[in-house]
Amino acid sequence: MQFGLNESQEILQQNARQFFAGECPMTHVRHLAESKQPYDPTLWSKMATQGYTGIIFPEKYDGLGLGKVELILLMEEAGRALLPGPFWSTVALAGAVIDAVASDRQKARYLTPICRGQARSTLALLEAGATWDLADAKLAAADGRLTGEKLFVLDADVADFIVVAGQTGVFLVEAQAPGLSITPMPALDLTRNFDALQFKDTPAEKLGEATNLAPALNLATAALVAEMVGGMQRVLDLTVDYAKMRKQFGKPIGTFQAVQHQCADMYLETESSRSAAYYAAWALEHDAPDAATATSIAKMYASDACRAVGNRGIQIHGGNGFAWENDLHLYYRRAKASETMLGDATFHRERIARLVIDSITTGCSHDGSSR
Amino acid sequence: MDLNLTSEEMQFRDELRSWLAAHVPSDWAERREESLESRFEYLRAWQRKLFAGGWAGVSWPKQYGGRGASLMQQVIFWQELALASAPPMANTLGLGLIGPTIIAFGTEAQKTRFLAKILSAEEIWCQGFSEPNAGSDLASLQTEARLDGNSYVVNGLKTWNSYGWVADWCELVVRTDPNVPKHKGLTVLLVDMKSAGISVRPLRQITGESEFAEVSFRDVRVPAENVVGNVNQGWNVAIGTLMHERGTFGAGLQITFRRNMERLIELAGSLRRNGRSAAQDPLVRQKLAQCYAEIEVMRWNQMRAFSRLNATGVPGPEGSIQKIFWSELNQRLQQAAQELLGPYGQLAGSSRHSVDKGTWAYGYLRSRGNTIEAGTSEIQRNIIGHFVLGLPRSY
Repeated sequence: MQFGLNESQEILQQNARQFFAGECPMTHVRHLAESKQPYDPTLWSKMATQGYTGIIFPEKYDGLGLGKVELILLMEEAGRALLPGPFWSTVALAGAVIDAVASDRQKARYLTPICRGQARSTLALLEAGATWDLADAKLAAADGRLTGEKLFVLDADVADFIVVAGQTGVFLVEAQAPGLSITPMPALDLTRNFDALQFKDTPAEKLGEATNLAPALNLATAALVAEMVGGMQRVLDLTVDYAKMRKQFGKPIGTFQAVQHQCADMYLETESSRSAAYYAAWALEHDAPDAATATSIAKMYASDACRAVGNRGIQIHGGNGFAWENDLHLYYRRAKASETMLGDATFHRERIARLVIDSITTGCSHDGSSR
Repeated sequence: MDLNLTSEEMQFRDELRSWLAAHVPSDWAERREESLESRFEYLRAWQRKLFAGGWAGVSWPKQYGGRGASLMQQVIFWQELALASAPPMANTLGLGLIGPTIIAFGTEAQKTRFLAKILSAEEIWCQGFSEPNAGSDLASLQTEARLDGNSYVVNGLKTWNSYGWVADWCELVVRTDPNVPKHKGLTVLLVDMKSAGISVRPLRQITGESEFAEVSFRDVRVPAENVVGNVNQGWNVAIGTLMHERGTFGAGLQITFRRNMERLIELAGSLRRNGRSAAQDPLVRQKLAQCYAEIEVMRWNQMRAFSRLNATGVPGPEGSIQKIFWSELNQRLQQAAQELLGPYGQLAGSSRHSVDKGTWAYGYLRSRGNTIEAGTSEIQRNIIGHFVLGLPRSY
């Protein structure tokens, strides 16, 4: 057993860290965030050149064909850099769903442009009420057409096609399709946009069955956790640097245990979230019996941890942490959005209860899956 | 990254599993009400059985009676032991802390003299670290040792010695030079507990038992050959011991927590809350799921730490997060049990109404010590702040 990175994984991690540091520095993130247009076509095509947009997809679609652990490492670096725009929604969300549910012909048609960096996508899941229970996706299709509403869709305004979770299956809608209107939902996170989608007799192509959605969403969830870990690490690094530099009472505030212990807790929370993200990725890659539970545990733990890390980071920065000029709030905003995305800690605790408690007390779990 | 066991690890585990299936005694759990002494002799016999089977000191060198296997196999051993509900081994500190310290810092003669008898439980070990006025500030300890001919003469008082009441030997930290900064005048001695001038007084603790003792030393003579490492460099040796305590000690603990958790879930299924099974009550479910999840996170943290340790050979300061994690988690787990069981959780094993022979009442009180023993949570956070994150020393 070896729970550490191998050499090629370490190289991928180092390369990604350097790539984002060079191509997506905080000045650029801030520029994109303040312009309210987080998608940057130039950056996107550079990421595609690195193969990032096709990292987990098969080589026959021009992807790199790498594993889920590699995706997790890349997402962690993207999170550290606070990469703005539709990368997670295109690759880990929509791409993963297409890969899981669509036919070979459809995958060739939709995954290939994603891998090549020619298309962006997203998943439309939530409806009014915003519950993450897949059974609550009620949007229905009739005769290949969708009518209804989807809310909180990430970066739909820059998507070329949108994957839609409906009651009778998973569908794909072209961004230019008739009867589709996309309206911004301005929100906390300045580095990703929420959109509301209205469908009115909008032509939709069925990709597959909604029952196959869950495994793909597990992967998206693990990738999101990895991105949260990268963000937590960056907030920890900024905070420790600040505590070493900022002086009060004649000495660095990092001398004081009230500050040190908060930093120690940030370290514990970040490292524990990282262990969970890596384990979940490995479990999903190897289809381990506890893959679904591990994913929920990772999201549960990281959802609480990323909020705690952000709170501690800002608290230690004092007034400077509350200032618009400081980068911390950009991470803090993303952390809140990610905490909620695909279910917060409370949601995942209930899912863990279904997977674990119910299987112990009744011998079978609610959703019929094994632990 | 490969979280599967290698074929060698798998073979080791399977062999161990079948041995345990044939040898683990089934009556350990029923001995909770027996005296500490009689329970200890039971554990000593069990360790002897493991030693005879070749399972004590899995990662210790073969020449000293160990199995010569990898650290990962040592970890698998602790986990399998817990998984089989096997009793713990009697010589806890000798196996987990003092043996590894002697292997790392001891002389050839010390290794030959002491290691095999740790494994066979022939000689039980305790640690003489804390003093009444030196707890978290361990380096301020005052027990002194003066060189007189070929031996040191030790005077002082140690406290909170686990197994002090039964130990044959003690890893003792003493001050050998009072005229230098406190960390630089310490030395580690291996002391025969039967030496003249040692007296042991049991310390009664919060649970009513006496796991610990106070040990006083009056003109106790210790041969100079029993110094571990170098004279006046005992701080490094002591820290080495403590790193083992924080980093690797918890290998079987995760499984024990997991078993307690599964039992708690079973109990939830048999209790009623708000007109339904407690296992169906949303708040109970939230709390149990939280504990279950944290036990898994603890496992994954440990797997990462052990992999690092396997590669580097020495536990690092990041072991402090394991210590914080398991100790605070166990307190939350015990509290969740108390909330679930209500007044039943408080019953002693002697009550015919008791749940699990009083395990939960005992566990609640015993876990209170977890964030204090082996370095308080506050000291662990200081260690992370200074040694891991590079923040300035706070004292």
